[in-house]
Amino acid sequence: MASDLSDLYQEILLEHNRRPRNFRTLEDATHHADGFNPLCGDEISLQLRVDEETVGDVGFQGHGCAISRASASLLTQAVKGGSTSDAMAMFDEFHRMLTEPDAELDYDLLGDLEMLAGVIAYPTRIKCAILAWHTLKAAMDGEGVATTE
Amino acid sequence: MTAATGNVHASPSGPLTGDDVARIRQDFPVLDQLINGKPLVYLDNAATTQKPRPVIDAISNYYLHNNSNVHRGVHTLSQRATDDYEAGREAVRRFINAPSADEIIYVRGTTEGLNLVASSYGRKFFSAGDEVIITGMEHHSNIVPWQILGKEIGIRLRVIPFSNQGELLMDEYESMLNEHTRLVSVVHQSNALGTINPVTSIVELAHARGIPVMIDAAQSIPHLPVDVQAMGADFLTFSGHKMYGPTGIGVLWGRADLLNEMPPYQSGGEMIRSVTYDETIYNVIPHKFEAGTPDIAGAIGLGAAVEYLEAIGMDRIAAYEQALMRYGAERLAEIEGVRLIGTAENRGGILSFYMECAHAHDIGTILDAQGIAVRTGHHCAQPVMARYEVPATVRASLSFYNTTEEIDALIEGIDRVIEVFG
Repeated sequence: MASDLSDLYQEILLEHNRRPRNFRTLEDATHHADGFNPLCGDEISLQLRVDEETVGDVGFQGHGCAISRASASLLTQAVKGGSTSDAMAMFDEFHRMLTEPDAELDYDLLGDLEMLAGVIAYPTRIKCAILAWHTLKAAMDGEGVATTE
Repeated sequence: MTAATGNVHASPSGPLTGDDVARIRQDFPVLDQLINGKPLVYLDNAATTQKPRPVIDAISNYYLHNNSNVHRGVHTLSQRATDDYEAGREAVRRFINAPSADEIIYVRGTTEGLNLVASSYGRKFFSAGDEVIITGMEHHSNIVPWQILGKEIGIRLRVIPFSNQGELLMDEYESMLNEHTRLVSVVHQSNALGTINPVTSIVELAHARGIPVMIDAAQSIPHLPVDVQAMGADFLTFSGHKMYGPTGIGVLWGRADLLNEMPPYQSGGEMIRSVTYDETIYNVIPHKFEAGTPDIAGAIGLGAAVEYLEAIGMDRIAAYEQALMRYGAERLAEIEGVRLIGTAENRGGILSFYMECAHAHDIGTILDAQGIAVRTGHHCAQPVMARYEVPATVRASLSFYNTTEEIDALIEGIDRVIEVFG
């Protein structure tokens, strides 16, 4: 049985959906990738400016459900100004949060990403939450395209 | 074969009443359960329908008592299995009023039916520069096989446009028919819009130029009387699981003279008459197209599904679902911010809608929390979504076992969506 809806659609998540952060195209991106969820048609285009090993700026565009949009918005806040290796560590931790029910998690590392923890109770929606992160990894790896399939 | 008699369904004639539907619901064990603490409201019938007890019983009866391969052994079980398997074919023939059971080819589903025609008929009779006409509201399964053939042999796909309401522009269709047209392959009822296309007129216009017509009846056959001879079609295909039968079985019907001219689609056992290392002589239809051991239990279950539908009556099913759809469309129109996609005058039990405030997947999750099952997404009809400039819709698709109370539950569910997202 799914948990209470308010665990999933927390007010702050809805607020990120209504007013996503860094929802723009970067003029001086060094990396970018497009992400697709073929199952539902969600699309995201993510751009990064990496200076040395630091994520100097990040922006995204696209359309999708509230979970995928809020997740992308939270991602941009989480990785901006940090190192690329920190960003990948966050991805791993975020992935564990959504897929391993009793995982010991590093909540300091996750920060605001924790507000998506409720998605674990909705297996069909995990791909929505994780699309932006796969897209980030594809951008950093220079792959250009990510899909959740 | 287990007949659909002895179960508790509708009174024998007149419009389906609330009492009839209450009895029909008892034939569908799956409907009687709580989902997330609420009674299940199953409104995803265009994706797949639930199975009535006579279908489940027919399948289990086969495995419990008659399991054997068909058309092989001389022993009793093989004879029983063959009789029931072929009785399913005859039930389907009767249901679509085909002239001969030999024209009923068992396939895995509509997708395979379309692929069989594209692969066998298309490869034999099409050449570079030829054209195939489809509509703008096809499921991907009636687009992609032609595209693949297009890349292989250079045929061109022509697409009949449709109006904002979701009605085909028949003048445009007529002007597309020309000396290059080799086939018209159209959907009878759109899975994304509910539009019931004027297939008889489509066939008449094509036949006036000697062009054959294939009908994708996946969404129409569970809901409307379908008569291939009255329609005048040349090929027609549908899936068992969308008409209360099992998954994995479907039907391609084709005119015998066309099927006889077509090469086999797959090869192996059953489809041959004799094999030597020098030469193989193919079996006659339908066996020519049924290579390998078929889905015997599926065919038997499909036969039981046909009998179940016949016992209720397709006219009564169509009338009941039509009234339910109109009620649902009226209730949805009352909600501010809900846009119904697909408002053709002649349409079936599909309520496809878009909400400005929330994405279809979020709506689907909120409805599921209230026990309501709908489909969300592009419905394997991305060109239709593009036509309306929406990424996805929510689709409630109706069956004769649905009730006005369930439509009311859907409306309350949408109110909850507006509470969360509005």
